[in-house]
Amino acid sequence: MFAFCTDPSTLPDWQWFACYLTSGTHLAFYWSFVVVMVLILLAAPFALAFGFAGALATRSHMAPIRLVGRTYTSMVRGVPDIVFFLFIPIAIDQALEYILHQVRCPDWDMPIRRGNDFLVCAQAKVPLSSSPAWVHDIYAFSLALFAFALVFGAFAANTLYGAMNAVPKSQTETAEAYGMTKPQAFRRVLLPQMWVYALPGLSNLWMILIKATPLLFLLGIRDIVYWARELGGQKTGFYAYPHPDWRVWYFLVVLVFYLVLTACSERVFEWLMRRFSHGQATAAGERQRRAAA
Amino acid sequence: MKKLILASVALAFASGTALAQDVVRIGTEGAYPPYNFINDQNELDGFEREFGDALCERAELNCEWVLNDWDTIIPNLVGGNYDAIMAGMSITEARKQVIGFSQNYMPPDLSAYMAPVGADESVRDGVVVVQSNTMQASYVAETDATLVEFPTPDETIAAVRSGEADAVMADKDFLVQYVEQGDFEFVGEDIQLGEGLGIGLRQSDEELRDTFNAAIDEMKADGSLNELITKWFGADAPTF
Repeated sequence: MFAFCTDPSTLPDWQWFACYLTSGTHLAFYWSFVVVMVLILLAAPFALAFGFAGALATRSHMAPIRLVGRTYTSMVRGVPDIVFFLFIPIAIDQALEYILHQVRCPDWDMPIRRGNDFLVCAQAKVPLSSSPAWVHDIYAFSLALFAFALVFGAFAANTLYGAMNAVPKSQTETAEAYGMTKPQAFRRVLLPQMWVYALPGLSNLWMILIKATPLLFLLGIRDIVYWARELGGQKTGFYAYPHPDWRVWYFLVVLVFYLVLTACSERVFEWLMRRFSHGQATAAGERQRRAAA
Repeated sequence: MKKLILASVALAFASGTALAQDVVRIGTEGAYPPYNFINDQNELDGFEREFGDALCERAELNCEWVLNDWDTIIPNLVGGNYDAIMAGMSITEARKQVIGFSQNYMPPDLSAYMAPVGADESVRDGVVVVQSNTMQASYVAETDATLVEFPTPDETIAAVRSGEADAVMADKDFLVQYVEQGDFEFVGEDIQLGEGLGIGLRQSDEELRDTFNAAIDEMKADGSLNELITKWFGADAPTF
């Protein structure tokens, strides 16, 4: 990074640290913070979308759709997260490869499963072996994102389902009495009032989502915790910057990062809660009304 | 989400017109100096990086390195995420049940017990720490010692340093760097395990195994493999 970094072993302390903290691996460590933030910011809306679809399915009047919704929420919530994080990416990956294999290599005469091996033809690999490394990275990240959205979506579905039921029935009945159709009543009356009931549950989920991101490492993505462990571990003479076991310092940095992130989130949720309570027939909404009057 | 997957699939299509056969993806751990490790430039470095690149050049293969956790390195090979493993993996009977191996590119290696300076030989029956899923782990499990396992090599060293374990058992070539620093020493006799390091391959992938075997033969014959071993493991390391 700096011009004086060519021979780190001869440097005074502050220069040594300047070089050390800007080494290639440290830049990758800093980048992993961005990756984690991007994952959280993308996973949250996707999870919310999954949750919304799940909640609507569970409320549906058609039995098969209701069954799908119920199965989704109870199955995902009933299985340990870690099993899903391991299962979903592998299952999707093999399913994609299997389908592509059927399409692209119809005259392949050997079985796909041979003993322990799962083998598809080279043209059916996802991504192709010849694709550059970043395609593999994005693919792995997308699968991780999907797994996160699916798991957290099931919890969100239950929260939203409860919130929709919490809105007083008289509200939608009144809307319908005014001549709104069911979808209209849902959109104009139920939906805006639901958030205040859903928010505490959703904020819990958001916090858990933030704290679950170290699971990324299980999916082969080198995240903050991986780098903290890797960089903090003792480095011997094979490395340019040998040092003893510094993991405690690296983990301290990670700890502070997550604490700051969750503390900021709490502020945002408090603000959101105030906004959603405004004009609602809840205790908090009533307090706001009295304070203003 | 779906868009992202579609996008990456589309990208894979776009770059996929040139055929994939000659790209060989090699999985490695990147946490086991001097065999393989991530250097300070965030690049894979070490004996296996240099040897693997030389090997692929000879075999006229286009090789790409993939980092993978040690514990899942074999499942991801048989699942087809990469085509070969070069990660200081010894050829053992147990692994041969699951994957195939090339001929060895390092002679059978010595394993050793390492403990803090001043320990006596009884630590070999005390709490011994190893990396999980290694042949050392299976070996220690058969002894009277209490076995403690960690997923990465670095954590095994940290456990002995903190006193959590009495001794660590691992490849001697890996432990030497820590003994040289002066805090640790080898305890008792070395033990020979396995049949040397080999390239792990899918059992069905006979073609790649033959290609690698031919290239390793060449490198053994002209002495270039011995040169690499001496460069990374010192003049005392056994060569071919």
